[in-house]
Amino acid sequence: MLAFLLRRIAQMVPLLLGITFISFLVVGLAPGDFFSALAMNPSISPDAIAAMKREFGYGQPLVVRYLAWLGQVVRGDLGLSVAHRIGVATLIGQRVGNTLLLAVAALIVTWAAAIPLGVLVAVRRGRLSDRALSLFAFLGMSVPNFFLAFLLLRLALFTGWFPVGGTVSLDYEQLSLAGKLADRLHHLVLPTIVLATGGMAGLMRLMRGAILELQRADFVRTARAKGLPERVVLFKHVLRNALNPFVTLAGYELGTLLGGAALVENVMNLQGLGALMLEAVMALDIYLVMGSVLIGSAMLLVGNLLADVALMAVDPRIDFSRLEAAR
Amino acid sequence: MIEPGGGVAGELVVAEPGPGRRSRWRWRAGISGAVLAFLYLTAAAAPWVALYPPNRQHRDAPNAPPMRLHVNPPARWASESVLYVHPQRLVDSLRRRYEVDRSARIPLRFGARGHLLAPVDPDARVLLVGSDALGRDLYSRLVYGARVSLAVGLVGVAISTVVGMTVGVVAGYSGGWTDNLLMRVCEIMMALPAFYFLLALSAVIPPGLSPAETFLLIVALMSFIRWAGFARVVRGIVAGIRELEYVQAARALGASTPRILLRHVVPAASGYAIVASTLAIPGFILGESALSLLGLGIQEPSTSWGSLLSDAQNLTNLDRYPWILAPGVLIAVTTMAFNFLGDQIRDRLDPRATAER
Repeated sequence: MLAFLLRRIAQMVPLLLGITFISFLVVGLAPGDFFSALAMNPSISPDAIAAMKREFGYGQPLVVRYLAWLGQVVRGDLGLSVAHRIGVATLIGQRVGNTLLLAVAALIVTWAAAIPLGVLVAVRRGRLSDRALSLFAFLGMSVPNFFLAFLLLRLALFTGWFPVGGTVSLDYEQLSLAGKLADRLHHLVLPTIVLATGGMAGLMRLMRGAILELQRADFVRTARAKGLPERVVLFKHVLRNALNPFVTLAGYELGTLLGGAALVENVMNLQGLGALMLEAVMALDIYLVMGSVLIGSAMLLVGNLLADVALMAVDPRIDFSRLEAAR
Repeated sequence: MIEPGGGVAGELVVAEPGPGRRSRWRWRAGISGAVLAFLYLTAAAAPWVALYPPNRQHRDAPNAPPMRLHVNPPARWASESVLYVHPQRLVDSLRRRYEVDRSARIPLRFGARGHLLAPVDPDARVLLVGSDALGRDLYSRLVYGARVSLAVGLVGVAISTVVGMTVGVVAGYSGGWTDNLLMRVCEIMMALPAFYFLLALSAVIPPGLSPAETFLLIVALMSFIRWAGFARVVRGIVAGIRELEYVQAARALGASTPRILLRHVVPAASGYAIVASTLAIPGFILGESALSLLGLGIQEPSTSWGSLLSDAQNLTNLDRYPWILAPGVLIAVTTMAFNFLGDQIRDRLDPRATAER
């Protein structure tokens, strides 16, 4: 298992190299750079701009700049943001917490709602509740999450029940500790709903399918035949086995949620990594873009790795050489 | 992998109509096919369906609310028209308040002045879905925007299907190091945080491009991210087919490799390809919408549903002019229709997927 983990971590290195190299090329090759906007400003002399460009290593071939950046990153330094003139790591550090909080909250809500609902619709298969929830699942998977975000924002504007956008209120600093916590949660409600809906709907459908499939398994028939109460059959035999494949999904789901969070942040005006990344792309702030891509990708890969580890923990039968061959 | 609204085009989600409900499912799929046909025809005939050119500004009608369509009593159908609207007048230009003049009517006729449904009087202003801050008719802009939004799905899927299919067939059929190399590349592509990567890539779109070039670039970027998942599944299918008797027989008969691939291998993977590409179309539409919404995709003066929706990012707009959410409704309807249709095609092609449940 340790060997498996090490191999998986080693595999992440070329992946990250590939991702960052492509991104660097793309941003570097993009027409213009951060300084083309500054050059329009008559109060900044061309000499000053040339000096700044030298400071940030412009002018050298792109590959050289990539290698220089990579060397910095390996030493734990993500470089300076060209636009903000402070460390990229500091900027990302300020934002990444919000993104992670949102993604994890959405993950928890997704799972806490989807599993019981999935069991419910499987048990009540064909009845009204099954049909209604299945319809909801279909709608949930089809409604774009940015559109759902607009709808909920509109609801918030209309009712005033929820804050519209942002992660904290204006008077956040004056609040007590409990007040701060409540304030954050209050701001988290709508984005979490937006982000969780799509995944919840899909997971519910998968859960329903898995349970229905297991209902016909031999061991379930045996359990029923020996007279176990239906409740025990359902929760101890069926549900446990149905849950296994979903543990892996949780990790991948986290990756999807991180990506989804980036869009929701921009629409709902949350100060997260995705919003930072958009600003950086707009300003062609190359090192900030690179830092965001790197951290975003790393979180995704770690999420996938955690999924595999979790799977190992719940299912001792998993053969890891086969798992790797399959992926 | 699960696919929320804005997610990556991933694996198939199985639809499960219960026994005896398949006919109804089919009926629903027929509806979704009809909805899609309607949308695509509308987009194709945009100049005929739309009332105004997309950028025509009605300066005296900024942020006008939608006009309600009224139906005349049948007695007036012949003398006047079937449908009519009441004109509205801007009474408070600061608060954008409008007053509907119920005493007057603007009759709308089918086929009038070379449009699907238009006022007979060429000077009458009809804003069926309201207007934006510049007084541009949202209805006409939606119709023209449909061209971009709907085409993105088709073109993107065409590119990614062709690329994915080629890579998958080559990798699966040749095996060995080619297979290994191609699959490692696919893995890199699939491990990319799609949205972050798309954001970074969209930096390449230079500001001065023509709308058509921007469109193609966006589609190319999205296809570049999405072909890999497709290639992997095709590769799996092809690797299984390769050893089947009929392929070996074709080989023994001396058929050339391209012939085997085109006549025997590709058709076997085409069922999956059809379902997967139908279900991948919404992903492209959503991707374009998301980019345009953030101001990185299609930009003024050309429109798409996503760029129209970017007006809603302004909370004042969202609060006071809710009709600017109309493009979102269309995006959702299109996505839903494609999902329904994809589910249905899969049922047809693989009855086992549902019959068991």
